[in-house]
Amino acid sequence: MSGLRVVHYLNQFFGRIGAEEAGDHPFTVREGPVGPGAGLQKELGDAGEVVATLICGDNRAATDLEAFGAEVEAALRAQRADVLVAGPAFNAGRYGLACGEACARAQAMGIPAVTALNVENPGVELYRRKTYILPTTPTALGMNETLARLARFAVKIGRREPLLSSAVEGYYGRGVRRTQILARPAADRALDMLAARIAGTPFVTELPLPAVDRVAPAAPVPDITRARIALVTTGGIVPKGNPDGLKQSNSTEWRAYPIDGVESLEPGRYESIHSGYDASAANANPNYVVPLDAVRELEHAHAFGALYPRYIVTTGVGTAVVEARRMGREIAADLRSQGVDAVILTAT
Amino acid sequence: MISALGPVASDLGANRVVRGVKIPHPCGDPTLDPAGDHALRVGLVKASLDALASKLDAARIFEAAR
Repeated sequence: MSGLRVVHYLNQFFGRIGAEEAGDHPFTVREGPVGPGAGLQKELGDAGEVVATLICGDNRAATDLEAFGAEVEAALRAQRADVLVAGPAFNAGRYGLACGEACARAQAMGIPAVTALNVENPGVELYRRKTYILPTTPTALGMNETLARLARFAVKIGRREPLLSSAVEGYYGRGVRRTQILARPAADRALDMLAARIAGTPFVTELPLPAVDRVAPAAPVPDITRARIALVTTGGIVPKGNPDGLKQSNSTEWRAYPIDGVESLEPGRYESIHSGYDASAANANPNYVVPLDAVRELEHAHAFGALYPRYIVTTGVGTAVVEARRMGREIAADLRSQGVDAVILTAT
Repeated sequence: MISALGPVASDLGANRVVRGVKIPHPCGDPTLDPAGDHALRVGLVKASLDALASKLDAARIFEAAR
């Protein structure tokens, strides 16, 4: 068969345009391989040809991923690409986002795509469900070895060969489950794992649990009777009519709404837009989710110092952990800057 | 944090958890009369204030006085 038409994406640095000062360099298409593309071509051999290299400055790409993605799409179409290879971007944050976005766009067009990022690169969490991402070393020290893996993987997906699981093929799991018939039934395999566990011998789980962040408990509020407290909820309680159009699920945004002088969240003035629970009770009494009436009563009784005059809301259903983490950081920074000492977070 | 899924919240890294009522109405119980329901909610907020003022070495689930 004839070789695959491989298109390669690089940032301004690996694309030999310049260093940080060239970060705003506009999207450019060069014929043939550039920089690490030469190594990629060598690894591809006769199986594929690097027909074009797409190059964009990191700042330019990362500050407007939408526009960047549109340029990638147009170039892939013009080049009649069979497969896209992006990077490797190692642990470079903006470059990782650009590689992820470029690959996600290609995949969405039906063009198989692969990039390679270090596990710490934020692009991994943001894009691993949308494209294939291979692990790399944190720095370009691992360039040659990574290019070899990228080339092999690109040929495989470019030829539309069937892929096995992420554990076998070596890409970051995409959260995709496929049915597979195994010779031994689940009960036998589970008992084997149990026996191995009791015997203290190694075994491989078929259902890895997600890693969870552990944080040391924050110090207690020194004097609760003087504390400024804020109410935060993931329960999707918004002013009636959802004036800012917050999403009902997969939230990426949070909002703060004034409650200065408000003693209770009255039904008809506030409502739940959360799509993950039956909202009838919350709509009948929004204090069930944001307990403002009880908080005001305790504030008047001097059980704590003062209530922060806005409550904060997002919708916690189907929200990606990476987005939740970002929103949490933003909310904490905002409240800290407003002199808030403690938060009561209500979750549905 | 007030959550009806106390152990889940705690397992996922929340350190000060107050056990709420039910997922769709963590801070109240529509089957109670209005006075009892309100008292329940005040109790949950009081437990939250206690949690915020408590020194912890590890995650703990607080229960509101009923």
